[in-house]
Amino acid sequence: MKTIDAKDLSYKQLNEKLFNSIDDGERQIRLTNVKGQRYIAAGCTLKDLEIEIEGTPGNDLGAFMNGPTITVKGNVQDATGNTMNYGRIIIQGDSRDVTGHSMRGGMILIKGNIGYRVGLHMKAFGNNFPIIVAGGKAGDFLGEYMAGGILIVLGLLNDDDERLIGDWTGTGMHAGVIYVKGNVTEDQLGYGAKLIDFTEEDREQITPILREYSKNFGIKLSQLNKEKFTKIVPVSYRPYGKLYALKI
Amino acid sequence: MCGIVGILNELGEVISGKMVIQATNAMEYRYNGLGGGFAGYGIYPEHKEFYALHILFPDRERRNKVEEILLENVKIVHDEKIPIREGSPLSSKYIPWRYFIDPLNTSPENSDDAIIELVMHISSEVKDIAILSSGKNMGVFKATGYPREVADLFKIDEYNAYLWIGHGRYPTNTPGWWGGAHPFNILDWSVVHNGEISSYDTNRRFLQMWGYNCNLLTDTEVIAYVFDLLVRKHGLPLKLAAYAMAPPFWKQIDRLNEKEMKMIKAIRMVYGSALLNGPFSIVVGRSNVMIGMTDRIKLRPLIAAKKGVMSFLSSEESSIRSVCSDPDVIWSPKAGEPVVSTVGGK
Amino acid sequence: MFVPPEFKVIIDQEKCIRCKACTIQCSFEALSFSDEEGQIIADNNKCVCCQRCMAMCPTKAISVIKNPIVYAPHPTWTEEKRRDIYIQAQTGSAILTGVGSTQSTIPYLFDHLLLDACQVTNPAIDAIREPMELRTYIGRKPRRLEFKSLNEDYELKTEIAPNLLMETPIMIAGMSYGAISLEAHKACAMAAKEQGTFFNSGEGGLHTDQYIYGDHIIVQVASGRFGVHMDYLNVAAAVEIKIGQGAKPGMGGHLPGEKITEPISQTRMIPVGTDALSPAPQHDIYSIEDLSQLIYAIKEATRYEKPVLVKISAVHNSAAIASGIVRGGADAVVIDGFRGSTGAAPKVAEDHIGIPIAAAIAAVDDRLCNEGIRDEASLIASGGIRCAGDIAKAIALGADAVAIGMSVLIAMGCRICKKCYTGRCPWGIATQRPELRKRLNIEIAAKRVSNLLAAWSLELKEILGANGMNSIESLRGNRERLRAVGLDQPTLDVLGVKPAGR
Repeated sequence: MKTIDAKDLSYKQLNEKLFNSIDDGERQIRLTNVKGQRYIAAGCTLKDLEIEIEGTPGNDLGAFMNGPTITVKGNVQDATGNTMNYGRIIIQGDSRDVTGHSMRGGMILIKGNIGYRVGLHMKAFGNNFPIIVAGGKAGDFLGEYMAGGILIVLGLLNDDDERLIGDWTGTGMHAGVIYVKGNVTEDQLGYGAKLIDFTEEDREQITPILREYSKNFGIKLSQLNKEKFTKIVPVSYRPYGKLYALKI
Repeated sequence: MCGIVGILNELGEVISGKMVIQATNAMEYRYNGLGGGFAGYGIYPEHKEFYALHILFPDRERRNKVEEILLENVKIVHDEKIPIREGSPLSSKYIPWRYFIDPLNTSPENSDDAIIELVMHISSEVKDIAILSSGKNMGVFKATGYPREVADLFKIDEYNAYLWIGHGRYPTNTPGWWGGAHPFNILDWSVVHNGEISSYDTNRRFLQMWGYNCNLLTDTEVIAYVFDLLVRKHGLPLKLAAYAMAPPFWKQIDRLNEKEMKMIKAIRMVYGSALLNGPFSIVVGRSNVMIGMTDRIKLRPLIAAKKGVMSFLSSEESSIRSVCSDPDVIWSPKAGEPVVSTVGGK
Repeated sequence: MFVPPEFKVIIDQEKCIRCKACTIQCSFEALSFSDEEGQIIADNNKCVCCQRCMAMCPTKAISVIKNPIVYAPHPTWTEEKRRDIYIQAQTGSAILTGVGSTQSTIPYLFDHLLLDACQVTNPAIDAIREPMELRTYIGRKPRRLEFKSLNEDYELKTEIAPNLLMETPIMIAGMSYGAISLEAHKACAMAAKEQGTFFNSGEGGLHTDQYIYGDHIIVQVASGRFGVHMDYLNVAAAVEIKIGQGAKPGMGGHLPGEKITEPISQTRMIPVGTDALSPAPQHDIYSIEDLSQLIYAIKEATRYEKPVLVKISAVHNSAAIASGIVRGGADAVVIDGFRGSTGAAPKVAEDHIGIPIAAAIAAVDDRLCNEGIRDEASLIASGGIRCAGDIAKAIALGADAVAIGMSVLIAMGCRICKKCYTGRCPWGIATQRPELRKRLNIEIAAKRVSNLLAAWSLELKEILGANGMNSIESLRGNRERLRAVGLDQPTLDVLGVKPAGR
């Protein structure tokens, strides 16, 4: 495990050191004293790279990333996993707004709460399938404009009657699924999203994801899996078809 | 872009400006050098019962004109140049001055309004100056430059305050001039702002009806005045003033119980022109209070934290951690809901 | 004297199958069948280009074109001016016309204004996915609010006067039952209800069939006081005192006896066949305090349960008048610009009297702001609002909402032949003749009007989003969002708008 001390480094300098270590052949790297440096591991395509971060990474952690596994021992800032294609980001704290923006593949697992507009524009394509799982609750606009992948909100830290998602959930969604523990009311959904039954098939599909989550955060799978989930899907794949009239 | 910072000691104990400088500098990549500023509360204990006017003058002539107006309206208890650090990289286009004043012929309950009127009057009579602040036992220091340069110029590290507000600017629509940097101030209200107020002209017209003139060419100005109007003049509790500035949506209001719904609906109806639209996160300071708030759909970041008696607000978590590595609690507030910390901890 | 007809009917005799439907469909008797010639013949002098025959012909054999006969050209003596003189020489009367001003030389102010959009520095908001609030409350608002509190639990103390809840800032303007058919009148009420807004029932009273839509109807008390009685006032959501309308400022209204049929007589409470005359001034209002007196008379009579609006035409001192109206107790001021339409008005008034609504709203908004009373009453703009762009501009100039009239009738099928006052409307809109009224399907007409309101509301949301706002309140009076092209400085000053580029 190679350690890089981020103290007093600008984000450019930190990423240079990171990529230089990778060039030297390092595949397990720890970054310490991280204080808000942005774009860490942006664009990195190594699938066998593991990065551990101590401190608070700045915005756009793992942006455009296509391979590595990043573990953060604390909270992250906005736009984590921005347009990521492959890889993992494991967050042992909270994540903030716009996590997983335009994510196309890979997995982001969050121990705590997530912010607003998480999973915005997530899309699945070909073999790429993005997944985000949050242990706590989410803000408004979850899965806005979602076009594929799976979002799961577990509400493990929250009381039974607390709302785990905000308003305008799934607004503009046209593919993909959102699973939320417990109950969700119609008025929490945005335009184009609807509630349908959570079936055994659904449970089979999410169990492997929950298993990953359980492994990473040391929570019993049985505890995760016994819950009732609400399933949110798009009404159609062309939700805005009727809004624009052709001029005759 | 901008970055905002607020630090409050809930016991009212003063701390060095070094902390707010560090927290603000931590986000330097958010700025472009076209503005930086700080507000400190509790910095003038020896003159604390007088209003402290901070004014930037381009020349002696303008200073004389302002002093003429002051002498007609107030008693100048003490005045001096605001100390600046020699050899500071910011070439001083302005002469910064501070006056400690006592309004003449005004009863205590009218003195705040008299000061506002005086400030508005001076701003409209004398061009090319900037009145930075007009509160008691507090002051705003700002200029065109990076926050660390502004801090260096005004020797912020040598002041001690129980409430500090800091800002670094990346201006959007308005030119970068010293007066356009943040914090914006009226009386003891100071505001730092990240974002843009798309409802600016609507807010400005409304404020004009109530006697506030917006002269400083920056949308942030209206935020300070809206707070003063709603909270000080109209006596709205902060929570209700927040409902006017960043209200819940009608669809959310319609869901509430009858009493709440009636109340918030009335606030929106009466104060529709005070609604601050557009993305924003703000830190607002007033003697003994620090407020953090975002717009109703959370388009700008804001992080809050507490450690012991210290309360923190910032655009980014890393900025808070640069001065407090291990807060007791750190979170991101909900859209449109104010986070309030007070001296006395209520 | 020979006057060339304006239009020419051309029948393709090969396509024509001699079904003679067009001879019945044309309510102006311009088409007839000649047995000798075995074909449809047209009297071009009677054709008004209402397009009914073209729409109804099963083989599309009919075309109506502008008569290609040319008037010897002259810039001073235009075709229109000459034709007007011919008619007046013939009749000795003032020329009456329907629809609104045909004034084409005065700039349409809305067409000189452009809206802003946000980019980069202040992002636009995605209007179709994110919440956009168009809800508007019309009525009197207090300047301050008082609350009582127990610990941190707050409750509102101040009583707010009744306000109208509009889900979109577009209402349907006053069009009287009499000027339009009951079918058209009902369609307006139904559409208003569906869209959560209001229909002003005009000065012709309210047919009892409409009472079920009362929650979405604003009734008018105009100078003729037609159909004004307690049931009428009580069933409505609000009452509007009509002082004037944009199409004919300073002049009264006239519904000819031909249009006073039995049902109209019942509704207006006047004898069948008499002329329904609405005099120019309300005869009990000769000064502003009289208006205030009438406002409170209505409020007392309706136990202060309904907002009282006052409608005026846009004239030179609209700002001062509006200020007086607000101080006189009105809950909203409706201002009708000179391009407003009507079923029948003297052409001279339509073309030459009044000022554009854009200028009037800007002036009134400024005046009320300067006097510190802007929020004591709402401002509603009307008169030639043709599209969502006009609506957004009217709101940015200072209106809380707009009222639309002509566009609603066009949505129902009006072809702007301008002959409403004849009562021969072939589309069943501006007529009382039973055989013509049957031609308007109420449900379809209502749906079309509702669609129009929905479409414009959607466009308004897109405009708001483009301007980085998610609530209509933030656009109201926001002149900074407008720029003008091709207007002189004094006009810019009145509008409070900068030229594009600044």
